[in-house]
Amino acid sequence: MEQLFDAQFMADFLGSSLRLSVPIIFAAIGGVLAERSGVFNISLEGCILGGAFGAAVGTYLTGSPFCGLMLGITVAGSVGIMLAMLAVGLGINQLVAGIAINLLMVGLTSYLARLILGGDATSTLPGFHPIALPGLASIPIIGPVLFQQDILTYLMYLVVPASWWFLYRTPWGLNVRAIGDYPVAADSAGISVPFVRTVCVIVSCMLAGVGGAYLVLSQVFVFTEHMSAGKGFIALAALILGRWNPVGAFLACIFFGMSDALQLRLQFTSPDVPYQLFSMVPFLASLLALVLLSGKVRPPAAIGKKYVRGGK
Amino acid sequence: MKTFALQLDRVSKVFGDFRALNNIDLRVVAGSIHAILGENGAGKTTLMNILYGLYQPDGGSITLNGQPAVIPSPSAAMEMGIGMIHQHFMLVDTLTVVENVVLGLPGQGLQLSLAEHAARLTELSQTYGFDIDPHVEIWKLPIGMRQRVEILKVLYRQANIIILDEPTSVLAPNEVASFLEGLKRLRDAGKTVIFITHKLDEVAEVADRITVMRLGQVTAETEVASITTRDMARMMVGRDVVLTAFEKPDTPPGPLRVVARNLSAIDNRGIQALKDVSFEIRSGEILGVAGVDGNGQAELAEVLTGMRAPSAGSLAVDGEDITALSVYDRRHRIGLSYVPEDRHHTGLVLDFSVMKNAMLRDFRVAPFSKNGVLDMRRAREVTDAWVKQFDVRLRSVDQAVRFLSGGNQQKLIFAREVECRPRVMVVMQPCKGLDVGAIEVLQRAILSERQRGTAILYISTELEHILNVCDRVAVMCAGRITGILRPQDATDARVGALMGGISEAESA
Repeated sequence: MEQLFDAQFMADFLGSSLRLSVPIIFAAIGGVLAERSGVFNISLEGCILGGAFGAAVGTYLTGSPFCGLMLGITVAGSVGIMLAMLAVGLGINQLVAGIAINLLMVGLTSYLARLILGGDATSTLPGFHPIALPGLASIPIIGPVLFQQDILTYLMYLVVPASWWFLYRTPWGLNVRAIGDYPVAADSAGISVPFVRTVCVIVSCMLAGVGGAYLVLSQVFVFTEHMSAGKGFIALAALILGRWNPVGAFLACIFFGMSDALQLRLQFTSPDVPYQLFSMVPFLASLLALVLLSGKVRPPAAIGKKYVRGGK
Repeated sequence: MKTFALQLDRVSKVFGDFRALNNIDLRVVAGSIHAILGENGAGKTTLMNILYGLYQPDGGSITLNGQPAVIPSPSAAMEMGIGMIHQHFMLVDTLTVVENVVLGLPGQGLQLSLAEHAARLTELSQTYGFDIDPHVEIWKLPIGMRQRVEILKVLYRQANIIILDEPTSVLAPNEVASFLEGLKRLRDAGKTVIFITHKLDEVAEVADRITVMRLGQVTAETEVASITTRDMARMMVGRDVVLTAFEKPDTPPGPLRVVARNLSAIDNRGIQALKDVSFEIRSGEILGVAGVDGNGQAELAEVLTGMRAPSAGSLAVDGEDITALSVYDRRHRIGLSYVPEDRHHTGLVLDFSVMKNAMLRDFRVAPFSKNGVLDMRRAREVTDAWVKQFDVRLRSVDQAVRFLSGGNQQKLIFAREVECRPRVMVVMQPCKGLDVGAIEVLQRAILSERQRGTAILYISTELEHILNVCDRVAVMCAGRITGILRPQDATDARVGALMGGISEAESA
């Protein structure tokens, strides 16, 4: 009996760790892509929010979570177009542009959500439901955790290796890595630096948007104001912790997801301790991880720098 | 009849109201090494950028292998078989050799086939006697090897005309010979090599033909065999240049000024870079420091200027111990001037104007400041005067210093570091990458400082320059001074032995 309880507890813990990780994994993979091309994507937070908003509105209007997902990706992609125009096209400081976009998205999504969803904002939307993969789902403990998930989680299983393969095994990935480190060399080899950066930023934001859509369509089934709640910044910490490598970022996100799941458990088991104390755990974990690994990380050399042809 | 791989007729290029190129005629024989010689700012790089499609000419025509050609972009130039090797390498440090070579290569399909490219690259590098491991990352390679990667990059794209912009300026002296050998192998394989330089001896050694440029015009085009280096220098600068020793006024040195005793220092990697270094410099004396780059010279300069704390030893100027003094005190109270090796990072703020850079050292005091407020009007007058005196060629003192040529940047640094009337001067690699005209101006400035009674430490890897100006030559190897010689005793053999670490006591 005791053992069964432990196994059940483990499965629950791992399951909630995974569910809490999925949105930040999408955002962090997106972030890796943008930053490897040399653009800080601080607006991951705004993209998650945009994705969540689009998913809620699309689903509300059509009744189909797939349409919701598409709209969520579209909204986040538009945020990406905006960031690309500001940071790549006009060469505005990338951090400032990203922060401005985040602030804009908080206000804009709250306003539009009230306008469109109105009184229905609190009613539950249709969403994605877990699909058990035959065979795999019956493996003890990890089976239900990993293979009894919804479609977006399975998509995440594909995105992580695919992004790694893209960056390290394709000519386009080579272009992205070269541009992030030394854009002059890429330019002289006939690769358009602004084009590659623009595409990377837009795809980056779309991925973060999928993370946002997951929040609405697979977790809570409603849109709430500022529901991204710092996940975009956790994703930024994760991609630094993961050394700008998709697989590293994935592992870092799982780590953050586990610390988040842990703090939720602690909240339930110690109701007499103020819960705010526990909600700090994932952020403290990210700070601690960054401090412990400081000095050993080397960001892409050209990150944050506007590329001007002919500049020495 | 010779076939011309490349022919330029009356090519001109104008930037604003500045004529960078004025009716340039150029004929490059296929399968030859063609040198383009000229001072900094003569228009060599502009010309090469036209050939590589970065700029479009405003007039004239280009003929490539007998066919009239328009080169709209670098990628078009590559397709036409023109490969360019820039002065600053176009290599991504964190990528491997083969990744750098295939970067941007058209027609690669969906997945990188690095193994296949690496095999072909190895084959190619063996053909030319370049010994390169295709899977090593660029940052792990010495500069000379990186240059070979650049050459392989253009060869891999089937370039027939290879343009090299100041290729030897980044190489260590011992890498130059093997580089020049590589050029000959390229020629023997039927490639046409165009190389831009201002180093006369290299031209004389490898080039078949030479075009000399000055102030945007071609002053001569001839066979190298038919011309002496002295004539080349004259055509390049437009006047006779003193290539050999200066007349050094034979003033006896004054009292002891700099006394360094048993200095040791640790470098950034935690390795002991300076070991027990002692020397003295008298007022009005130039002590040269020779040696292969990276044998503690940089650390020695940093210890003297206060940018690196010594781990042991002492340093005194005019009897006062300055070992513990800050950079500020050394510069302003002791009167120490510094011409750093890396003028772009340490010597100048590239995006500041010429005037602001002139003010960098002494902006706190007159004439640049009055009562604690910057006096821009006076500063402008002073800068104008320096620009004239040191022959700094520029459009305006408000121009960003980034856009000055290397020689003119260095002249500006010299003006700043000399006009403050220093007591001690540390000069490191002042002539690196400069043409003979600029070198002459700088060496004269150093000699006139000597006349004024400044104690000067002159660090250089170019022995010839040291012997030209110095009163004594210290040779460094592995962080130690292996010997101090008078110039007349500094034969190649003796200095070579000292550079190799065989100190005088052992060899005697």
